[in-house]
Amino acid sequence: MMWVGYLGAAALWYASVKWLPIASFQRLPDPVTVITEWLSPNPTYGISIFTYPYYLHILNSTYRATAAFLLATLLGVPLGICMGWSEIFHRYASPLLGLLRPVPPLAWVPLAILIFSGIESAVIFVTFLVAFYATTLNTVVGVRAIEPDYFRASACLGASRRDILVDVIIPGALPNIFTGLQIAMGAAWFSLAAGEMIAAQYGLGFLIMESYNLIQFPTIVIAMATLGIVGFLSSMLIRTLGRRLMRWREQTLGFAG
Amino acid sequence: MAGATTQLGPHASFPNEASAGARLAVRDVSKTYDTDGASVEALKGCSIEVEAGAFVAIVGPSGCGKSTLLNMIAGFDTVSGGEIYMDGRLVAAPGLPPRAGPDRVVVFQNGALFPWKTVLENVSYGPVRQRVLTRKQAEKKAIDLLRQCGGLDAVAGSYPAQLSSGMQRRVEVVRALINEPKVLLLDEPFRAMDTVSKTRMHQHLLDMYRISRKTIVFITHDLEEAIYLADTVIVMTTRPGMIKQTISVTLQRPRLPKMLFSHEYLELKREAAESIHEEARKAFERGEREQA
Repeated sequence: MMWVGYLGAAALWYASVKWLPIASFQRLPDPVTVITEWLSPNPTYGISIFTYPYYLHILNSTYRATAAFLLATLLGVPLGICMGWSEIFHRYASPLLGLLRPVPPLAWVPLAILIFSGIESAVIFVTFLVAFYATTLNTVVGVRAIEPDYFRASACLGASRRDILVDVIIPGALPNIFTGLQIAMGAAWFSLAAGEMIAAQYGLGFLIMESYNLIQFPTIVIAMATLGIVGFLSSMLIRTLGRRLMRWREQTLGFAG
Repeated sequence: MAGATTQLGPHASFPNEASAGARLAVRDVSKTYDTDGASVEALKGCSIEVEAGAFVAIVGPSGCGKSTLLNMIAGFDTVSGGEIYMDGRLVAAPGLPPRAGPDRVVVFQNGALFPWKTVLENVSYGPVRQRVLTRKQAEKKAIDLLRQCGGLDAVAGSYPAQLSSGMQRRVEVVRALINEPKVLLLDEPFRAMDTVSKTRMHQHLLDMYRISRKTIVFITHDLEEAIYLADTVIVMTTRPGMIKQTISVTLQRPRLPKMLFSHEYLELKREAAESIHEEARKAFERGEREQA
């Protein structure tokens, strides 16, 4: 079924480029051209699955997204747990986060370049930022959604505060944490591409902008499609990991449904 | 009902002798909540004396503060006035920070088995976390106890959600008993159950009570259940909750379902029903709504 959707979209794309009587559309590359270029051992514009630079771009983007994502997880999950667990902590941190969050990540780019005195870290920082918000806020929601009786039960059974963290808070918040991580991963790619377009030397976002400037239109589409694929794969990776860690939940949902 | 008791011989190796129930004394306890400047009196001057190993049921209309009372005994909530003693030891008084512990374990209204732990992990949790047993010892004890409680060891590897609600509740009682608590606090544990499951659960609970001899405080709004299970039934008034009536249940133990039709049982029920209905009517007239 999913192939029907893909083929339909490709057909529509082909038709709109070839037959639509709009001048601007006729400049666009059609799917056949793109795929031929993508799979060509000897590409016209220098980027295909057989060329080294293609993977260099993918590697750069993946590295940045992964670094930003890991940093966001490492900082966002503990912060979210603190905010969810401690009312006082929440009162301090929540308004600050609420104020910073609406600032679009790209608005940070100039300041980030100044702060980190380098383009590379600035792009990672901008990517990190959106992933961090998503992770933190979902973790807070996750901790707060834990049934209060679980805390009471563990207190009755003689658990220490550390036990409660390990036995109640982390497993209890895990479903929401993973929802947050998936959103974070998606958001990370989102702002990474944007960040790379503005300031970077390599990467898929950079490739899109560069190809535009050099009028290498098929390459733009190749980079876009690659972003889609890599983003999809990374989301799937997180989903799989989440399922592994929450076997109890699979059983629960499987039994209920 | 016959199947319910078969596993429990009189010499069952239940961990009872070492830690039989404690005497529980609630003296003139009151509770006032302050919300937005307006103070609400939830409980007023409640005094209850429970003998060691006795089974007490507290009955009252919804919102009468019976769960509040249980939370204070459990150490989840502070008292505004009065004291609570266990075997003469002060456990709650104004200004004393509430402390829950394995000597008074609660079985919760909506069930609070950790869904991310298996039955075995849930049951062995207490002794492991209190560091009174190694994990291995705790698991062995958990299996033994589960087996004694109607063959629950068969589901030791399951997650709670894979069990029926009745089984979940029984596992939760076992998770409480493994800690050898001095008092077992049950907060309307069978509230959401149909009549048939409820009757079976009563037999299971009575069996566990018979062999463990813990002091039990059982909260319910179901008068019939209260009389059938308990030695003493305490009827509470609507808010502010006060003790309205204390009824000694003279029915013999072991309690059997046929007693539900005995003259003695019906007489006790009639005696209590009047005061319950009076309180229920007051609650209704005050516009209180039964909360599901």
